[in-house]
Parts: sequence; C-alpha cells; structure tokens
Amino acid sequence: MSEQPKRPRKPVLKMVPMPEQPPEVRRRNYREVPLGYSPEQAMEEASRCLQCKNRPCVSGCPVGINIPGFIKAIADGDFRKAITVLKHDNTLPAVCGRVCPQSEQCQARCVLGKKGDPVAIGNLERFIADWERREGGMEVPELAPPTGKKVAVVGSGPAGLTVAADCVRNGHAVTVFEALHQLGGVLRYGIPEFRMPKEILDAEVGMLEKMGVEFRTDAVIGPMLSVKDLLGQFDAVYLGLGAGLPYFMGIPGENLAGVYSANEYLTRSNLMKAYLFPQYDTPIIRGRRVAVIGGGNVAMDSARTALRLGAEDVYVVYRRSRKEMPARDEEIEHAYQEGIDFHLLREPTRILGDDHGNVVGMEVIKMRLGEPDSSGRHRPIPIPGTEYAIELDVVVSALGNGANSLLTKLTPELETNRRGNIIADPETAATSIKRVYAGGDIVRGAATVILAMGDGRRAARAIHEYLTNS
Amino acid sequence: MYKIVEKDQIAPNTHLVTVEAPLVVHRARPGQFVIVMVDERSERIPYTLSGWNKEDGTITFVFNEVGRSTRKLVDCREGDSIYSVVGPLGVPLETGKVGTVVCAGGCYGIGAIVPAARAFREAGNRVISIIEARTAYLLYMEKENEDACDELIVATGDGSRGMKGFAPEAIRMLLERGEQIDEVVAMGCTFMAKTVSDATRDKQIKTIVSLSPIMVDGTGMCGCCRLDVGGETKFACVDGPFFDGHKVDWGVLSARGAAYFKQERDSIEYSYAGVRR
Repeated sequence: MSEQPKRPRKPVLKMVPMPEQPPEVRRRNYREVPLGYSPEQAMEEASRCLQCKNRPCVSGCPVGINIPGFIKAIADGDFRKAITVLKHDNTLPAVCGRVCPQSEQCQARCVLGKKGDPVAIGNLERFIADWERREGGMEVPELAPPTGKKVAVVGSGPAGLTVAADCVRNGHAVTVFEALHQLGGVLRYGIPEFRMPKEILDAEVGMLEKMGVEFRTDAVIGPMLSVKDLLGQFDAVYLGLGAGLPYFMGIPGENLAGVYSANEYLTRSNLMKAYLFPQYDTPIIRGRRVAVIGGGNVAMDSARTALRLGAEDVYVVYRRSRKEMPARDEEIEHAYQEGIDFHLLREPTRILGDDHGNVVGMEVIKMRLGEPDSSGRHRPIPIPGTEYAIELDVVVSALGNGANSLLTKLTPELETNRRGNIIADPETAATSIKRVYAGGDIVRGAATVILAMGDGRRAARAIHEYLTNS
Repeated sequence: MYKIVEKDQIAPNTHLVTVEAPLVVHRARPGQFVIVMVDERSERIPYTLSGWNKEDGTITFVFNEVGRSTRKLVDCREGDSIYSVVGPLGVPLETGKVGTVVCAGGCYGIGAIVPAARAFREAGNRVISIIEARTAYLLYMEKENEDACDELIVATGDGSRGMKGFAPEAIRMLLERGEQIDEVVAMGCTFMAKTVSDATRDKQIKTIVSLSPIMVDGTGMCGCCRLDVGGETKFACVDGPFFDGHKVDWGVLSARGAAYFKQERDSIEYSYAGVRR
C-alpha cells in the first residue's frame, strides 16, 4: 500500500473506536459483538503508537510480544510482516486479541494512556490475526527437522495448544490428548460464540494439524491411560488440565433444579450448542429471570448468554462494587449496554425452591465495603437485616474453579499443594515426576488464557532443552 | 468413531450394545461408566458398563430408550459407527472381601450388576444376586447373572417368574430366612435404589447404590450431576457413582433428574416432525 497515513507529530489522544453490533440487536443473537477494524482504521490506530524506545507495553505482556514491532508494520501497511512479528511470540493471536485483559496488561502501561487513550493493542492484534485468516492465507510456519522425540500434551486448552505449537516447531512429534469430544478446552466450552467465534479456534487447531500435531479426542488421561502409560510411549509429558471443578457458595438451595455452575451453563450452550436446541439435543433451561452470581469474565459471559437464550431480566449479583469486579472492562461495558441489571454489593444468602425442587427465587443481603484485604480489594461486610428476595427461574453460580483431581488422584507421585493444584517450577514447569511438566490453571488456579499460554511457552522451552540434551 | 459390533433388543425397550473401544477396555472396572454421543448433535449420556472384552477391545452396556439421544442409539445398526465414547469414568465399585454380599439389579442394572457380582465372588465373598422386573418378559441376562453369583433370586412385580415382588421384598425374604447380609449393592433406577436403601435401613446393612443423575462432561468439570449425600454436595461423576444409600437425599436427585422433562418431549416431537409431514 502506497498511501500511508502520516505519523502525526503531536500524539493523537483518542482511540479509533471499535465498530460493534448495536446493543439492542446483539443482545438476542450469538454473532460476535465487535466487528473488527477495517484496514484503514487499523492503520490509523497503529499510527498513534509513539514507538517508545523502552517499550513499556512489552513488559506488560506475559508472552513478551514485540508490540511496537507489529504495530509499526500495520501502520506501514505491511500486514504480512505484522503477522510474522506477532506470531513469533504468540501462537494464538486471534484468540488473545479477543480475550486478553489488555487493560490490565500491555495497554495499562502504554505511555499514551497517561494523557489519553492507550493504543488499542488488543484491537490491532485481533485485526492482524483476522486479516491473515480471512485474506492473507494462513501460512504453515517453518518447522525444525524432525528430532525423533515424542511429546504428549494432556489438555487442548490455551496452555496445551501453545506447548503443542512450540514443540512441533522445534521438530518434536506431538500428540494432544483431550477428554472432551471437541478441541480447545475452555476456548471451546467456556468462551461464548459472541465473544470469540468458534471458527477462529477451528482455524488455529487446523493450522496445528497442518504442522503435524496429532489430536486425540475422547482421551481422558488418568482413568483411560495413566501418566505412567504416557511416559512409556513419549519422551516428555505436559499436563495442561485446566481448572475444571466449579466452586459453589455452600448456601441452602444450591442443588435445586435450575441452579447451574457457570461451567455447566456455558458448556451446555457453547460446547453442546444448547442455544440451538432442538436442532441439537442438549437442553438448557431458558429462564425468564436469571441471576448470575459473581463479577468475573465468566459471570459476564453467563449473563450475556442468558440474554441471548431469551431471558427478559438478567441480574448480575456481586458482593463488592463495580470497581472491584475482576472482569475485563470491555465485557462489563458490553453487559451494561445490553441491559444486564447489576445488583452490586449484594450477596446471596439462600436459593428458594418450590415443592418440586425447582428454583423460584433467591434471597440476598446488602453489603458494605470494609478495609482492604490481602488482595488489596475491599472486604465486603453484610449489613444485618437487609435481606430481600428476588424472583428467579435460573441461578448461575460463577464463583470460579478449583483444581480437578481426576488425574492427580490417580497419580499419587505427582505433588500437589493443599488446594489440589499441581506443583510446578515457575520457570521450567517441571513437576515432581521426571519428564512430566505442567502449567496453566491446574498449576495457578483459575487465571487467564494468556497466562496459560505464557506457561506453555516456558514449558515448551524447558521440554526442548531437556529433549535436546538427552 | 467407534463401531457397533453387536446390537440387540433383549427385552421390550431394553437394548444391549457392544462397541469397539479398545482404550476404554484397558482399565475398565465394575461399576464404571462411559459417556456416549451417537452423533455430533447428541447429548453426552452416561451408560454403566455391563461387560468388556480385553481380547477384542469391546465394551457392552444395556440401556432403555427414554429420550432423543437414547433413541438415536436405538436407531443405530450393527456395523454403524458412533461419534464419541469416553471412559472408563467414575470410581470403580469396591469389591473387597466382606462376607455375604447381595447384588441387586433392575432395569439397566440387570446387566451392569454382572461384573460387580463376579468381582465380589472372585474376592471370596458369598454372593446372592437379585434381578427384578415388573414382569417376566422384561427380564434378560438371567444366565449371565446365574453364572456370576452363588445364588440368584428372580423377582417380578406380578409374580410371573420367580418370587412376587421387587428387590426390597427379596432382601426382606433373605433376612427372614436368617441370611447374615454384610453388604448390599444396588444398580438400577433411582426408585429402585431408594426402595432397596429403605429396606436395609432398620438393620443398618451397608447399602451402596449406583446413581445416575444427568451429566454433561462426566469428568467433574460442570457439576451437573451433583447430589446431596449426608448433607454434603457430591459429584456423581467423580465422587461416585456409588454412594451410601442411607445418606442420599432422594428429593434432590429426583428433582434434578426431572429438570428437562418438557425439553425431552419437545425434542422427540421435533425429531418426529419431519416424519409426520
């Protein structure tokens, strides 16, 4: 492209806004909410980047993407170069552009953010990854010559996919084992279509297949094949099991019909496609009034899913205030725009049922904020006597996940902490069993896609080093 | 894909399926289950294994047609392949030496109890098996059950075969004749599990029931199958499927099991819509 926008001398403080489906339309469909930048918009936004010498944004990225590098290439209109730079450090850019908490990471450190809007790094990452998938043609990256070494990856979520990609690039033969019938882990069952279309995941997985990664679904490691079995067949084993064990509050009524964990609610909708019932066989209760308990991304995803399943009223019940909500700003903003009703500083005390064991409502109590706790967030304190009931048909509990012990229980030599998370070296991902590595949520507890990918990257490096020297 | 090598309607609305699943066979133990999807659009449905064959790498289970996904399996023929089979899942039944064990099977459990009875017997227990059905023509696998235990009691609701009554009546009969029962294992519908548990409560006989609430992933990730056992929430897929029958909150189990009755009907109607027109 010959016509390049001139780089202005004075910093442009306003971000190029992301075009989006209007809230009143999108709240009833499953299509993606942000529509993506046009090439012109992307180049305009990219040209806002100051190309700082000390690159504070890069230090905010868990996988250390050369952010100014790929942004400069976009500003120059050299999209092929931009994607090459981006993919050097990030194997799943189309995913990360959509689900990373940029406002706490790279964008939080952007110098422009001090006076105006930070550079929309996430939007640009998404743009260039989408450009490659739609127009550029995804190119199979160069692979190192085969080493004859074999790596087993357990779990096909963000950590596992990253390990698979890095190991196969280094010339090792990789087999990925996935317990579910489809690949992607949380990217498949957790993140809704309107936030990340599944075609993106399919394209990323398809690319790994082209690179020679072998995928085996229906393969539940632990019960079906043991870690020991895998060690007999592979030179190294990576455990990226995720953190699939939903927490509940432990209040009365939580086992009534119509009370879902967010994991179940989202799995039914995303993986099993219950939103297309009865074309798909898995049902979901389409409540008229739905309450989601929690303030994280998963809570936002659940609330917005409830809307799209036809709910008239959707409440998010969160015990602290808006400021303490752990969800991405964009998700909270989107939820507000779509008409989700936020009941902040409220904590459920019990769930109410009818004679048949179905949910009819929930009692909540008002909270006030006390002193900050060890995490720096203000501790919520119930205000006695302020309980009241809301009428509901469905309750979704989005309180996070603990470690799933399916594999660890059957692998006693694998050391875990008291919460059941696998203990792994933060640098090398090595576990208490030689040749077995672990990372992502099964080590950290529930965290983010990008942190899991960062773990996968470090593990792949350590695995490569071990395989090269053995 | 997993090939169906045998499929048979062994009693009215009761089907036996044998599927090639060599990796499942490898570690299968009594009482464990698999999750099956017939095609990409199916629900994930748990089925308790009634047998497995290490030599030819096949698993066998028995099921009733109750909704759309089970109907899809009924519609499959020998030689067809199904989309997904994962397992073995669930904690296997403990089959150590305890003395005299009663293994009661109803419905799918008439098949599923066979490996359990066999394992208890191999561990040196005296095994009395009970198989129950409403009427004689709903019974199946009588021979297999007979071979797996020391004494087989057949019970039918109408008395058309064996004794009149169901598993609880059979257990009461055993107690009346002075049988010293150390443990009872029941595999069947929720109602059967409950009535068997009620029958042994007074005598405080250890009673282990296999429970099959609705599941999705079957690996502990979703919590759909949660139960209240002794005031604690348990997941049937990873903590179970076997629980102390005297501690199970049957109301919670029944209500959660009934959560999708309406959708189940809608789904069947939808699948027939094309045929009717």
